Amino acid sequence: MTTLDEQINKIREDFPILKRKVRNGVSLIYLDNAATTQKPKQVVDAISNYYLNVNANVHRGIHALSEEASEMYESAHKKTSDFIGANYEELIFIKNTTEGLNIVANGLKRSLHAGDEIVLTRAEHHSNLVPFIQIAKEKGIKIKYIDFIGFKDLDMSSAEAQITDKTKLLAFPHMSNVLGTITPVKELVKLAHDHGSLVLLDGAQSVPHIPLNVKDLGVDFMAFSGHKMLAPMGTGGLYGKEEHLDELDPQLFGGDMIKSVSYDDASWNVLPYKFEAGTPNVGGMVGLGEAITYLNNIGMNKVKEIEHYLTKYAMDKLSELDFIEVYGPDATKRGGVISFNVTGGKNGVFIHPHDVSTLLDEKGIAIRAGHHCAQPLMNAMNVPATSRISFYIYNSIEEIDKTIEALKEVQTVFN
Amino acid sequence: MSIYQDQIIDHYKYPRNFISLKNPTLEYGDANPVCGDEIHLYIQLDNQEKVERIGFQGKGCAISMASASLLTELLEEMTISEMKKLTNEDIKEMLGISLTPVRLKCAILCLKVLEGAIHKFEGGEVGKSV
Repeated sequence: MTTLDEQINKIREDFPILKRKVRNGVSLIYLDNAATTQKPKQVVDAISNYYLNVNANVHRGIHALSEEASEMYESAHKKTSDFIGANYEELIFIKNTTEGLNIVANGLKRSLHAGDEIVLTRAEHHSNLVPFIQIAKEKGIKIKYIDFIGFKDLDMSSAEAQITDKTKLLAFPHMSNVLGTITPVKELVKLAHDHGSLVLLDGAQSVPHIPLNVKDLGVDFMAFSGHKMLAPMGTGGLYGKEEHLDELDPQLFGGDMIKSVSYDDASWNVLPYKFEAGTPNVGGMVGLGEAITYLNNIGMNKVKEIEHYLTKYAMDKLSELDFIEVYGPDATKRGGVISFNVTGGKNGVFIHPHDVSTLLDEKGIAIRAGHHCAQPLMNAMNVPATSRISFYIYNSIEEIDKTIEALKEVQTVFN
Repeated sequence: MSIYQDQIIDHYKYPRNFISLKNPTLEYGDANPVCGDEIHLYIQLDNQEKVERIGFQGKGCAISMASASLLTELLEEMTISEMKKLTNEDIKEMLGISLTPVRLKCAILCLKVLEGAIHKFEGGEVGKSV
């Protein structure tokens, strides 16, 4: 057993759910972390403490509980902005990545005109695609797509061809939730900025998994979700450079986001509150703050190291199975996401990902099967769907071994 | 008990009546947007208004494909009024396996397509066929 295995085992103790049995009393093996991660005791305790001992509405109250709740909320805000290297004012609390991407897309709408272009990639999650399709239809804007080479690496020459002076926004994923590919953010940012375009990064699959700093990356906006990084659902962050957030129109109007209101007019509050209308998810954000503390204690470099260790091991094992086709780049160029299909091999029958998932589920193994909110990519890859395993800091080598054995049995059931 | 009984695997690997008919009396196709399964059904009635020939085309998981294949066998010689009486329970009985709510949707896609085909045949409004 290596030091990493020991560290993983120690981390596992913080996640009671990993001890539970599912289906017919089999042990849970949770490999659906790109969809959502499990929560450690520390995070659940922090949320529980907030609701049991502090709960009050924030920002306006003059009483003790409101003051404490506001302080906890602001502290979570600070931890989250620090975590991604942003200034406090540049981090807006949101409910999920989708909301963040929509805030940027719709907030920019006023400044987009017919003839402008938006550049995306072929590997967008629907959340970084559909908002732009809607705006393109409404404003007569063209959407262009950067290709991937063999559905592995982002094609920089395609990026150079698609990004022009007409490009007003480049939006792309830091890590593809299907291919696992980590995209060359800095190169793309330079290319876009050289053409005067803004850059929106979909950080849903990167912020939880690798150390990053938005100032270093140079992006103008970035959205991510808390629930994919140990925090509760309904939490997340949208980063934006102050000058761009100032220009962006708010989408949700009401309390807390205003500076002053008359019967005829209203003006907007300072950042980040301009985009945080209404009572926020205080308990959830306290949980997000605690999740960040938990990750910081492990260290994001260690998080990355553990995931790479698991991904490399799993990819090596999968490559030994001739009835499985793995998509995406090799382990050095990807995060902890592996999409594959049980093709059946030379003489076998293709086993649909839903059937693969059902058969693995019978053994307690939770994976994802389907189009992963990336239907255009599935069509481009010419597959009906894929199976996907995705790791986090508490997954073990033993779990991968069991999954490989289970996949061998899946093949046997059909062939 | 695994849902992957021999009958299911057999009908998935070797689907029965896996053809499209040229001039069907009834035809309709639909998809399950959640998982992308697609089934297109073709039925030719004889002059007694009974199923004379039947075919299906489609793609999807073993449950959706095996269910459609089995359904084409079940429908042989049925009249429209008999087909109309079919329910989810009949599909479950036909498959002989117990399904979770998510996988049940795979199994009953063929029945939804059949209902769409009959509705269309009788002049009703249906969604865009796939």
